[in-house]
Amino acid sequence: MFELTVNGIKHQVDVVPEMPLLWVLRDELGITSPKYGCGIAQCGACTVQIDGKAVRSCQARIADVAGKAITTIEAVGGGKLHPVQEAWIEHQVPQCGYCQTGQIIQAISLLKTIPKPTDEDIDQVMSGNLCRCGTYERIRVAIHAAAEKMGRK
Amino acid sequence: MGEMSNLSRRSFVFGSVAVAGGVAFGQYAGAQQVPAAAAAANPLAAHLGPQSVTFNPWVEISPDKITLIAQHADKGQGVGSIQPLMIAEELDLEPHQFEIRFAGPSPAYFNTGFAHELAPFMAPDQSPEAEKARAAALEWLRKAGLQMTGGSSTIPDTYDKLRMAGAIARETLKAAAARRTGIPAANLRTQSGSVILPDGTKIPYVALSADAAKITPVSVDKLRDPSQWRILGKPMERLDIRPKVTGEMKFGIDRAMDGMVFAAVKLNPNKGQPIKSYDASKARTMPGVKTILRISNGIAVIATNSWYAMQAAEAVDCVWEPSKYPAEQADHWKTAAASFTPQFLAKQWRNDGNIDAGLKDGTLIEAEYRAPYVGHQPLEPLNGIGIVTDKGMEIWVGHQTPQSVQYIAATAIGLKPEQVTFHNEWMGGSFGHRLEFENIRVLAEIANQMRGTPVKLIFSREEDFRQDIPRQIAMGKYRGSVKDGKIVAADLQVAATAPFKELQERMGAPTKDPDGQLAVGIWNVYYDIPNYRATSFEIQGLSPSTTWRSVGASANGFFTESFIDELIHAAGLDPLMARIRMCKIPIYRKLLETVGEMADWKGPLGNGKGRGVAFVESFGTAVAEIVEVTMTDAGIRIDKVWVAADVGKIVDPVNFENLVQGGVVWGLGHAMNCELTYSKGAVQQTNYNHHEAMRMYQCPAIEVRGLENDYTVRGIGEPPVPPAAPALANAIFAATGKRIREMPFNKFIDFV
Repeated sequence: MFELTVNGIKHQVDVVPEMPLLWVLRDELGITSPKYGCGIAQCGACTVQIDGKAVRSCQARIADVAGKAITTIEAVGGGKLHPVQEAWIEHQVPQCGYCQTGQIIQAISLLKTIPKPTDEDIDQVMSGNLCRCGTYERIRVAIHAAAEKMGRK
Repeated sequence: MGEMSNLSRRSFVFGSVAVAGGVAFGQYAGAQQVPAAAAAANPLAAHLGPQSVTFNPWVEISPDKITLIAQHADKGQGVGSIQPLMIAEELDLEPHQFEIRFAGPSPAYFNTGFAHELAPFMAPDQSPEAEKARAAALEWLRKAGLQMTGGSSTIPDTYDKLRMAGAIARETLKAAAARRTGIPAANLRTQSGSVILPDGTKIPYVALSADAAKITPVSVDKLRDPSQWRILGKPMERLDIRPKVTGEMKFGIDRAMDGMVFAAVKLNPNKGQPIKSYDASKARTMPGVKTILRISNGIAVIATNSWYAMQAAEAVDCVWEPSKYPAEQADHWKTAAASFTPQFLAKQWRNDGNIDAGLKDGTLIEAEYRAPYVGHQPLEPLNGIGIVTDKGMEIWVGHQTPQSVQYIAATAIGLKPEQVTFHNEWMGGSFGHRLEFENIRVLAEIANQMRGTPVKLIFSREEDFRQDIPRQIAMGKYRGSVKDGKIVAADLQVAATAPFKELQERMGAPTKDPDGQLAVGIWNVYYDIPNYRATSFEIQGLSPSTTWRSVGASANGFFTESFIDELIHAAGLDPLMARIRMCKIPIYRKLLETVGEMADWKGPLGNGKGRGVAFVESFGTAVAEIVEVTMTDAGIRIDKVWVAADVGKIVDPVNFENLVQGGVVWGLGHAMNCELTYSKGAVQQTNYNHHEAMRMYQCPAIEVRGLENDYTVRGIGEPPVPPAAPALANAIFAATGKRIREMPFNKFIDFV
């Protein structure tokens, strides 16, 4: 039995210690915003925040993350849209959208470390997140827009 | 269309359709189940609640809500948004005033958008013969009742009919309000989901549903002029953007049901072959495992969690029946190379002038091109939920061909297609993957062994790669000649497996006719080359292949536009100026001129920089692209891409730009570094680290301009793909002098 806190709510789960967080969230708790894409940290669709850091939940064993604060896209804005989400809507980034929750969480993490990223900074941090629809150019534009928004606040 | 007169005709993409009352197309199995007469029936009528009304298969109004039906499936291309918005434009609804539901299977949703692709005339041809053939193709489509999302056909199919569906609903609601109030309909107007009386009183549509149900839908003879549009043609927010940004969007893989179990599979990687035997003794003891089932081409693990199921499935030892196609990739290429013989001739699509004489006149240029198998691999892996009872099967799965899902699932477990109830889902990509049936067949078999229990099947990424029916493998043997600064002759020969023909066969509608997709990119070429021949050969006995975003043109467009570039250089001409001069269709010439202006094309750049241009028409939509690259110490860097595309009318400009950019990324990325190769009968690439395509650090800025000169409305999902690879190869040549004639390019040159 493991206890974990997701978006501020405590849950008990009875799974093997090796089970990655992604499958605990999706199949045990029904939190489906983190997506299964590759299972080997190649696509980033499963990205969530663990203690505020962007992590590939397909690689985080439940035994290692129990007790830590896990945040999924639903809570990144603290009850309202995060500026990164606002920028994503304004620039109409998604196509199929399957990778986008992971992209947004990765972008939030980037802006936390580098509030005014260059294109090179963005490329470096965001290249681990695959988008098969090819929305990269819009992601770049939206990150700059979000940086602008956050800088104003 | 004097310009078209020397362009020969192509046989139907779907096979020999009964255009002239001649040969009948192999019956479409899914549609066969419903008599053709039922095509006109409105499938919404059967399930209508009390006090509710449906005017046509796309609009349903009950006392508490308005529901608009999306007949084309949404795999990310945005049609789940634009279809209802086209209805809303004429129905005077605001985007938040209705619910969206995907259509169930019905011939009422037959795809009119395939009529152009079916008729054997080139896209720009508006001759009476061409229009007659398209009208006949439309009639055939109506009879076949085929409901399919694909071929960049959603907008061509629905542009008129959904606006008309909205207009009919609007006028009928006005008639109902007129009847209730005694005020003539001509004195009523509509706005924001209400009929408005002359004194300003509003009657919401939902309050008129019961009255409207008593009225025969009013006929409408005219749609609003685009100048009056409130929503369409302007920047708008796609209706699915917010839920996709907040995480609320439920894709097929996110659906859950009470009492549901999870299934993972291990299937014979020798595609199409059964399992011989297996040993599940280890897997059976693994955590979460409920049971292990044998299915026709593998095993399925039923577990309490999809991770447990996938872990256990990997642990099952299976003995497979070997492949019927060559086990090793090198032999696939050998077979391809040996297919340029009369025995494998599919069709000679064009033979203008005198090719033999033309090739002897001037300097002869010869080149051989290759396009490998490639995977689709949308980020949402194949999945589905199914439940089988004594009455039949109910299935929830994102798919592009609802009737075929019924047919495939039913056939797998001995049901009739009408016993399969299908529910579509929002899809996390497709690119052609969700036109195939690997998950459908397997899910039916598993659910049939688990009767009464809902089964949620998820393919592991590795299994999805191994079972992905790839793009066709193709080779081009091209010859041409140049003389006095002109291209005198071009002889284009392509040998490829037949992607669409094979898909038709799997759908239960086999045809013996050549695959029209093998003609795309060699037949519909619009340059003034006096001696021109285009021939395709159908490779037999290799891996199954299927439609991959842009289908035939994805390989043929690369071959042809690379070769045209080679001829242009051999003739000492400028690649863009020569194309403009040779292009016979004025609106296509305009595209080339436009992309040249956008890029400020002024010839060679020097300093390790190079630009390449390419122009391909596919699915009726012509697209011109220029790619700029720089040769750096770390390899080729793609700096910028310019795109000009003409779809006749742009209904959703922001999404148009997004789809064009995505198509370019798709075309470039896969050309740079993706292929699927076989060894021991199985695909060797099993995750994205082996088949990466483009990542952000390689993605250039992509500038898009949409033109609206074409005489009819066209699609944009696929057509930006084919010019990307040849424009990149041509740019690499311009920058380095190195001509790359085979995808993926990273076998020959490094990229940054």
